[in-house]
Amino acid sequence: MTADATWNEAAVRERARAFLAANDPAAMDRLDFLRARFDAGLAWVHFPEGLGGLGAPRELQAVVESELRGTPDNRPGRIGIGLGMAAPTILAFGTDEQKRRFLRPLWTGEEVWCQLFSEPGAGSDLASLATRAVRDGDEWVVDGQKVWTSVAHTARWAIMVARTDPDVPKHRGLTYFVCDMRAPGVEVRPLRQITGEAEFNEVFLTGVRLPDSLRLGAIGDGWRVAQATLMNERVAIGAASGRRTMIDVVCETWRSRPELRTHDLHQRLLRLWVEAEVLRLTGARLREQLAAGRPGPEGSGMKLSFARLHQELSGLEVELLGEEGLAYDDWTFRRPETVDFVGREAGYRYLRAKGNSIEGGTSEILRNVIAERVLGLPSEPRADKDIPWKEVPR
Amino acid sequence: MTTLLYTEVEEELRAAVRDLLADACPHSAVLARIESAAPYDGDLWKALARDIGAAGLLVPEELGGAGASAREAAVVLEELGRAVAPVPFLTSAVVATRALLAARTAGPGEVVDDLLRRLASGEATAALAVSLAASPYRRVGAEVTYEPADGDAAVVSGRVAGVAGAEIADVLLVPARLPERDESALIAVETGERGVEITPVTSLDLTRPVAMVSLGSARGRIVARGVGADAGGSIVGEALRFGAGLLASEQLGLAEWCLAATVAYVKERRQFARPVGSFQAVKHRLADLWLEIGGARAAARNAAGALADGDPGTAVPGPVAVAVAVAVAQAHCADVAVHAAEECVQLHGGIGMTWEHPAHLYLKRAKADQIAFGAPGEHRAALAGLVDVPAPV
Ligand SMILES: Cc1cc2nc3c(=O)[nH]c(=O)nc-3n(C[C@H](O)[C@H](O)[C@H](O)COP(=O)(O)OP(=O)(O)OC[C@H]3O[C@@H](n4cnc5c(N)ncnc54)[C@H](O)[C@@H]3O)c2cc1C
Repeated sequence: MTADATWNEAAVRERARAFLAANDPAAMDRLDFLRARFDAGLAWVHFPEGLGGLGAPRELQAVVESELRGTPDNRPGRIGIGLGMAAPTILAFGTDEQKRRFLRPLWTGEEVWCQLFSEPGAGSDLASLATRAVRDGDEWVVDGQKVWTSVAHTARWAIMVARTDPDVPKHRGLTYFVCDMRAPGVEVRPLRQITGEAEFNEVFLTGVRLPDSLRLGAIGDGWRVAQATLMNERVAIGAASGRRTMIDVVCETWRSRPELRTHDLHQRLLRLWVEAEVLRLTGARLREQLAAGRPGPEGSGMKLSFARLHQELSGLEVELLGEEGLAYDDWTFRRPETVDFVGREAGYRYLRAKGNSIEGGTSEILRNVIAERVLGLPSEPRADKDIPWKEVPR
Repeated sequence: MTTLLYTEVEEELRAAVRDLLADACPHSAVLARIESAAPYDGDLWKALARDIGAAGLLVPEELGGAGASAREAAVVLEELGRAVAPVPFLTSAVVATRALLAARTAGPGEVVDDLLRRLASGEATAALAVSLAASPYRRVGAEVTYEPADGDAAVVSGRVAGVAGAEIADVLLVPARLPERDESALIAVETGERGVEITPVTSLDLTRPVAMVSLGSARGRIVARGVGADAGGSIVGEALRFGAGLLASEQLGLAEWCLAATVAYVKERRQFARPVGSFQAVKHRLADLWLEIGGARAAARNAAGALADGDPGTAVPGPVAVAVAVAVAQAHCADVAVHAAEECVQLHGGIGMTWEHPAHLYLKRAKADQIAFGAPGEHRAALAGLVDVPAPV
């Protein structure tokens, strides 16, 4: 019998109720409750037993969430990179020891994760990155610079890709690591964004020593591991688009402020309402496909559609507000722990949404991905494909 | 919740329709037919009725039909759209049949049952005598009047422009009103009756041409009474909403063909010593189109599911859900089909502008479909009320 067959909705519901009966959140410390929940396999039911899951089908997580509604959560907004990217990568490529060490505090939120991928010279062309990791006995010595690193200032750990072999073509000389953000030589400096605050940072790595036990996957296999991370990143961003928050925000203003309405905005809002609904349905259909074990390529499109919709809606909201749209809530240079999209005002939403088509792969790159991997169109000519990384002109 | 995926039964039905069309409806045949005296393909329609049971798909089994739902009809429409097949499935087996089924629910009778039996067997084809541009949001039937005669009989006079499927119809279902009374009826008129004149109009869509229907004291039989007073809730309005919702699946099929044909072409066609499909300007346009079509599939499935069982997974619960699902599907899919056909022409270059290449068949069908059963703007305007996004005061 497969693990999937053992778990059905009723069994998971039963398990969640039994857990709640034995662990009263009102009488427990928040973290103790979360740790107990992890240990009961109710953190992410599709993960294996012993690692916060039950080996159950992913869609049964909804049953857990509904049973445990109102209990303390792990503040997913703070630990999105850990949940959405680091965890599935560690699960897929980590050693047993790494899984045991990292997954529990990652899920409970005790340890925040960040992503040290992008560099000043390597964004869309991530595989061209230049941060070096050089083997020294049982350790690696890392030197380089990362940039646009969200929440590096609160992070305990990072997922990181570095170059371990400059003598082979760019994709082949990379290795994937977990970087200890408290190691000597790691320096995090805030980078102020167009919103006024600094969600992201630049991270300088100078002679940072990491034990080989922090390597994730084989030496030279970093690109493949990174692909898994990026895929999960897009799925995570895309999955969020099933929610209708932004359209609801704009419609609420529209309904409560009739004096702001114009015919032009009305037409545009109705169009966007349809787009939001179509995207919601696309997401619902995608989840059905996943649940049926038939994942479709539509997933790669969700993030792209979501970015466009978010940007158009947030732009329309500022316009709708008219004179009030001329104001901005707060330009203070802060280093937030989360992206508070709905808690802030229209101007912030408009500016922050601009990042949606850049972070996690730009919309242009995603169109390339769809055209090449889904539609099978020929790839761009690539000048650097077969030459050693160190010989690529830069 | 209904599923947005295709069931196995639906996939089997699709395969059967696709096989038949591959044999009997190649583009060469469609191109040869479009300027002939018989733009609708009667033989193909008979084969679809006989081999697939397409004509009676929605008709209950006790009347000789398949008793299937809007979901199966939607799958057939996807395939017919993919082939731009010139058959009256949408006009007869979907819209006219739905009007009769609604009439049967409102007041059962032998006249309705007889008609449904004839349609199901494929022996007769029907058309609802309203403009293809009529929408579920506007009152129809004001142009035609009737006078009651003995029993169920009535005498009908008037003109209706833009009727699709009329040329191949044996029976017209005519919404008509009693002069100077707030009463109306749906009247079945055999096209062979004296006083019935069907004049083909040179049509934009060569594969679903429209005609002018003139009725000069033509005799018919009353199928239902009281229709038209409130077009939205009426039998005709319901049939039009049903047609609008399922048209989305035809639009999906059209768009899918256009994308597939274009992708195949740009992979083959070389300029500047490269396939033109390797240029990013081309790739990105096709990626965007693919995204739109993914949305169209979800929206069309949702509308078909809503029409099949009135329980769609829309964001707005309650009785408006079906109306929302239909309006969303039409507002999105109509434009996607047009966009797909336009890209198909453009990315084929000169060959896309030729009469010989099938791209124009899709462009013309998609453009006419955009107007059919309410243009996208009309569906969006309806949504304003349905989902509470009110217009400026
Ligand atoms: C808010 C935010 C948070 C981020 N957080 C993180 C993080 O936590 N960790 C991390 O590692 N990175 C993070 N990033 C970085 C992000 O992944 C990169 O910015 C992104 O991959 C683009 O790289 P780039 O900035 O170097 O732009 P470039 O790659 O230089 O691109 C510049 C422009 O050229 C276009 N372009 C590039 N290549 C092509 C091509 N082949 N075809 C067509 N167009 C092309 C791009 O689409 C873009 O419009 C974040 C970015 C933002 C905005």
